[in-house]
Amino acid sequence: MSETLDILVEPTLKTAVATTTAEEVSLSGSRAVLEAFVAEGVDTIFGYPGGAIMPIYDALYDYHDKLKHILVRHEQGGIHAAQGYARSSGRVGVVFATSGPGATNLITGLADAMIDSTPLVCITGQVFAHLLGTDAFQEVDVLNITTPVTKWNYQVTDAKEIPAVLAKAFHIAKTGRPGPVLIDITKNAQLDKFAYHGYTKCNHIRSYRPKPIVRKEYIQQAAQLINEAKQPFVLFGQGVILGKAEKEFRTFIEKSGIPAAWTILGAGALPTDHPLNVGMLGMHGNYGPNVLTNECDVLIAIGMRFDDRVTGRLDKYAKQAKIIHLDIDPSEIDKNVKATVGVWGDCKETLPLLTELVTPRVYPQWVERFYTYRKIEEESLIEKELNPLVGQLTMGEVVHQLNALTKGDAIIVSDVGQHQMIACRYAKFNQSRSNITSGGAGTMGFALPAAIGAKFGAEDRPVVAIIGDGGIQMTIQEFGTIMQSGVNVKIIILNNQFLGMVRQWQQLFHDKRYSFVDIASPDYVMVAKGYGIPGNKVTERDELQKALQTMLDHDGSYLLEVMVGKEDNVFPMVPQGCSVSEIRLK
Amino acid sequence: MSTLIHKADQIVAAPTKQEFTITVYAENQIGLLVRIAIIFSRRKINIESINSSPCEIESISRFTLVIHETEEVVRKVCRQIEKQVEVLKVYYNTNDEIIWQELALYKVSTNEIAEKVKVERLLREYGARAVVIRKDYTVFEASGHREETDKLVDVLSEVGLIEFVRSARVAIIKASAGFHEKLREFEAEQPSEEVVENEYLNRNEEVFTM
Repeated sequence: MSETLDILVEPTLKTAVATTTAEEVSLSGSRAVLEAFVAEGVDTIFGYPGGAIMPIYDALYDYHDKLKHILVRHEQGGIHAAQGYARSSGRVGVVFATSGPGATNLITGLADAMIDSTPLVCITGQVFAHLLGTDAFQEVDVLNITTPVTKWNYQVTDAKEIPAVLAKAFHIAKTGRPGPVLIDITKNAQLDKFAYHGYTKCNHIRSYRPKPIVRKEYIQQAAQLINEAKQPFVLFGQGVILGKAEKEFRTFIEKSGIPAAWTILGAGALPTDHPLNVGMLGMHGNYGPNVLTNECDVLIAIGMRFDDRVTGRLDKYAKQAKIIHLDIDPSEIDKNVKATVGVWGDCKETLPLLTELVTPRVYPQWVERFYTYRKIEEESLIEKELNPLVGQLTMGEVVHQLNALTKGDAIIVSDVGQHQMIACRYAKFNQSRSNITSGGAGTMGFALPAAIGAKFGAEDRPVVAIIGDGGIQMTIQEFGTIMQSGVNVKIIILNNQFLGMVRQWQQLFHDKRYSFVDIASPDYVMVAKGYGIPGNKVTERDELQKALQTMLDHDGSYLLEVMVGKEDNVFPMVPQGCSVSEIRLK
Repeated sequence: MSTLIHKADQIVAAPTKQEFTITVYAENQIGLLVRIAIIFSRRKINIESINSSPCEIESISRFTLVIHETEEVVRKVCRQIEKQVEVLKVYYNTNDEIIWQELALYKVSTNEIAEKVKVERLLREYGARAVVIRKDYTVFEASGHREETDKLVDVLSEVGLIEFVRSARVAIIKASAGFHEKLREFEAEQPSEEVVENEYLNRNEEVFTM
């Protein structure tokens, strides 16, 4: 490439390329990044500019018709928004941040995305390659900091590497068990021009086997165990959703007749009202699924990882049962719970094979036992939570009334704490990709930015963020993102004037010593108003339904603060260190 | 020999820890060593020895790590290592399944050793050889198992051992047919897909979106 042609190509590229062949095009690294995004079908980027990523932002100025950029107020907000986008759309979320503090502000989101298997491609700017390791201004060793919380990361120091590295990044992020990928690009690599030969998508890496080979003998063994079972029980997780195997899963459940319970990230993979959907697992899950885990004879785990919040005490977990574990990630099988039969593979492939071999069955008495426990739970707890007649408003009744108004069609994005467990327990979902929450990491501050991202990922669906008074204050600055982008997100703050879940634990396990959980709140309606977001505050039961309707009817974002019982607790509960069958109703 | 531990209301045998050698075949990529090391450090497992070198296939590195753990933990750790994008295959073996060596260098004063030791005999006895002989010092080299190279430390310490260094373990798995066989197997089982044609070539107007 001659110097003369270089001058011609940038910045009047369109004219220049018309007179040259693709092989001869000179492109800056920054442009190559954006070309990769366009080729990968990226439509929305969340980010925050800064010195070391400025060349990419400069190039982005020319791509406004192809790539929408959402300016967040903090990089943490940017990555949570990208997570929300990925979770609602099933596509790869993309985030930009500058070097140093910009990059380190991504860490919480990376950890969250890593444990919840969310596909992300994060681009961070880095100082010039010749300054690496010199403690230059805003230099941080991003690669080593992010290594434990990324599926893959790479530092680009030469512009020529960019197309191939970006292609690899997208391939790794979205295939197999998805996860976050971070590409750190030095400023010189963004600025330098190189001979660009177009973008080739990556579909194979020699050392990377995203999907294990399905071993039919294990499918046969699993089918045999299922066919011989008297009280089989299915636990399903997000793997069903990530594998886009909702239909295959439903076919399996309906043919085999096995009752199925879900982890919080698996919520929505089977509609809430399906007769074989017997409820939520885990620490604050439903009574029946937890108790009966220790009574089933065959336990079939599908796309879930036996998290400690699901299993409780492992040495007393389903010891009577033969375990079948289907997972795409071989390292998950036998990690926490030893499987009798491990079925490695993508459940989109393994479930139909299994369905073919299982005998059509129904287990009326066994399924009825779940309903019996459901009845006990409803009478002693759920009814009081969802339809209280006296006392302060409960979190449950807010979710219950929201269900009635949205008819299970809304995407519910919850933060972390008591309200999260209530939202996951009581929200109704008609379709998949409706429950977006921080599962494995338990990140407070997740919901507001994730809801913004979720709306960009599913613009035709209503998005309602349910957030506690603690969590909202962790990323409240993202009201600014709502204001500027005009995104339509409904925000419900369930205010109990406490860091509620910590307070609940202090009450139950620390002799009511409420150490630093009494959190003061600003006037949220006023704060939102300052950002141009209308709102309302509800304290009385008879105002709730109308207030929710007003919120849903409003054309644009809206904030609804609901004052709820200060010392209400979330039950049922499997106390820490207890078996799932020791679940408490009060 | 298992140790008995009390757990809740029963007495169970604690799984026995022993020495395992882990062999990792991986792409030669910057940062991979950190990724592998983190898998051990986050579980508070000490790596007794670590070696990285090329293997018989160009561009593929072979890491050899030694840890002292139970087999169950080793198995889980190996699966986590194998999950890394650049890692092709991981094996773990007990000592009786491998042939291994460590290299040791010993620096002693030439005068001291000439005066006090029958060098020839010493070299024969310990399978050592002199690498450098200078007026002021001599460097010996020996290889073998830990206890073998340690014995020479004991002998040379008596004649003023100035410096001693030992390498990490390198090991060959007795039952292995070499990695190139495995790689061929991989490619047969999961062959590289057809590379997607570069659909953007010669479509400049559409590709360059400015």
